[in-house]
Amino acid sequence: MNAKRKDLLATIIIDAIVATVVGILVFLLAYILISGLPHVSWSFLTGSADSFSGAGGIGVQLFNSFYLLILTMLISIPISLGAGIYLAEYAKDNWRTRLIRSAIEVLSSLPSVVVGLFGFLLFVVKFKIGFSVISGAIALTFFNLPLLTRNIEESLSAVPRSQREAGLSLGLSKWKTEIGIILPVALPGIVTGVVLSAGRVFGEAAALIYTAGQSAPVTNFADWNPMDAASPLNPLRPAETLAVHIWKVNTEGLASNAAQLSAAASAVLIIAVLLFNLFARVLGNYLYRRVTASK
Amino acid sequence: MLKDYSFDQTAVQTFDDHVALALKTEDLQVYYGSNHAMHDANLAFPKNQITALIGASGSGKSTYLRSLNRMNDTIATVTGKIWYHGVDINQPDVNIYEIRRHIGMVFQRPNPFAKSIRENIIYALRATGIKDKKVLNQRVEQSLKGAALWDEVKDTLDKSALALSGGQQQRLCIARSIAMEPDVLLLDEPCSALDPISTVKVEETLLELQKKYTIIIVTHNMQQAARISSQCAFFHLGHVMEYAPTATMFSTPKIQVTQDYVSGSFG
Repeated sequence: MNAKRKDLLATIIIDAIVATVVGILVFLLAYILISGLPHVSWSFLTGSADSFSGAGGIGVQLFNSFYLLILTMLISIPISLGAGIYLAEYAKDNWRTRLIRSAIEVLSSLPSVVVGLFGFLLFVVKFKIGFSVISGAIALTFFNLPLLTRNIEESLSAVPRSQREAGLSLGLSKWKTEIGIILPVALPGIVTGVVLSAGRVFGEAAALIYTAGQSAPVTNFADWNPMDAASPLNPLRPAETLAVHIWKVNTEGLASNAAQLSAAASAVLIIAVLLFNLFARVLGNYLYRRVTASK
Repeated sequence: MLKDYSFDQTAVQTFDDHVALALKTEDLQVYYGSNHAMHDANLAFPKNQITALIGASGSGKSTYLRSLNRMNDTIATVTGKIWYHGVDINQPDVNIYEIRRHIGMVFQRPNPFAKSIRENIIYALRATGIKDKKVLNQRVEQSLKGAALWDEVKDTLDKSALALSGGQQQRLCIARSIAMEPDVLLLDEPCSALDPISTVKVEETLLELQKKYTIIIVTHNMQQAARISSQCAFFHLGHVMEYAPTATMFSTPKIQVTQDYVSGSFG
């Protein structure tokens, strides 16, 4: 076999592998959307679920998913940004740093059920916070931290050293160089990491069952004071998310149309994730253009 | 085959007291771990002149240059004295950020920030506390004119600096350094990544800049050193072998190793 034929064969094999991956993805997406979308209606999207039968709409759950996501990101992005900057720029290569790195790896491989139970025992029971959005957000932060920290560290490390030297040679402090020069360049990579971890948060069920709870108490969408018990923004209320709802409808739901309900909810979940990704990319690109003045 | 030259025989010029000096090093040593990369560098740099540091790769000239504004702090151990305005700036309690504002640096590869041309220049200025837009704009214009870049970019100041050509980027880096109004400008082979036409432009810029600044330039290129510098120091394997006025160094080198290097026997 000559080089040309070998090359052709390799190309065919690689193309086939890619086609398989894309095929599975398209099939999954299409299946979920086709079986779910016909059952999605405005009243389904905005209505409230019957907590006994599991039937009804998913309005509250949809809101809960987004609210939990935002709250989780508000907690985890600043922490992982700090940790990522530390690991990329300040940490010396010694046993302590290696220990931190392996701790992060261990944290990222924890099963979500374990994180959920841990959150349940510590926040829900011990700290007496109860099933709540905030308990869920903290538990999800545990998932997010290793992923985001790693991602931010790698994005920062990928910025050429010459940029740091340029900043330092102008008399800028290390911190000023980091924040004003290195971080903007690393932004697209960081946005990718945020999007990936957001997808995980959106789809997470196991950890939330024990922390954010499985009930979606009726909320008053006219009341936006986070202190009020019925307000959707109250971080101390239990909040069943869309993914938890899908799990519950399928396992505990008494509704006769449980299969349709969960298919419809799944379709909505996927669309919500896609929309969020799109939004994060657009925002990331906009920010990148703003700070780097590129077209 | 490289000959073994003795490091005992050196010819390093000194200056009379009436010559104004911008910077001076005394017994400067640089170590990378256990590797002694720079031995006893005793050089003085007269004000408002261009001094070229020449030598083969690995001769220690870049290492020496980067020690002058303490850019080697995190990667090497530097001992000895660096005199600047009567202060030894190679001491732990010296404010290195302040020092680097007075002793600017331009690197081998152009490294503009991923920002607009204007932002490239004013980002560090703003960090020093200059907020007045008028003053900042004035500095942008002044420094770009100083680096002979103004006419090429005056209409595109808010475009990304990364869209400039390599030569323009390097002149922007020079502009960025002189915008801080330093005393001394260190240049580490600033033209090695540039084409001949851009090189000429940078050289013309430097000749103009020496009226206001003291320039120390590391170069690989002996013709470049001959074209623009008034003083020239020859480095060999971590030692300063000869330091003399450039014309003298190229016409009548005092020691064998310089003679061999400037005549092209090695390097």
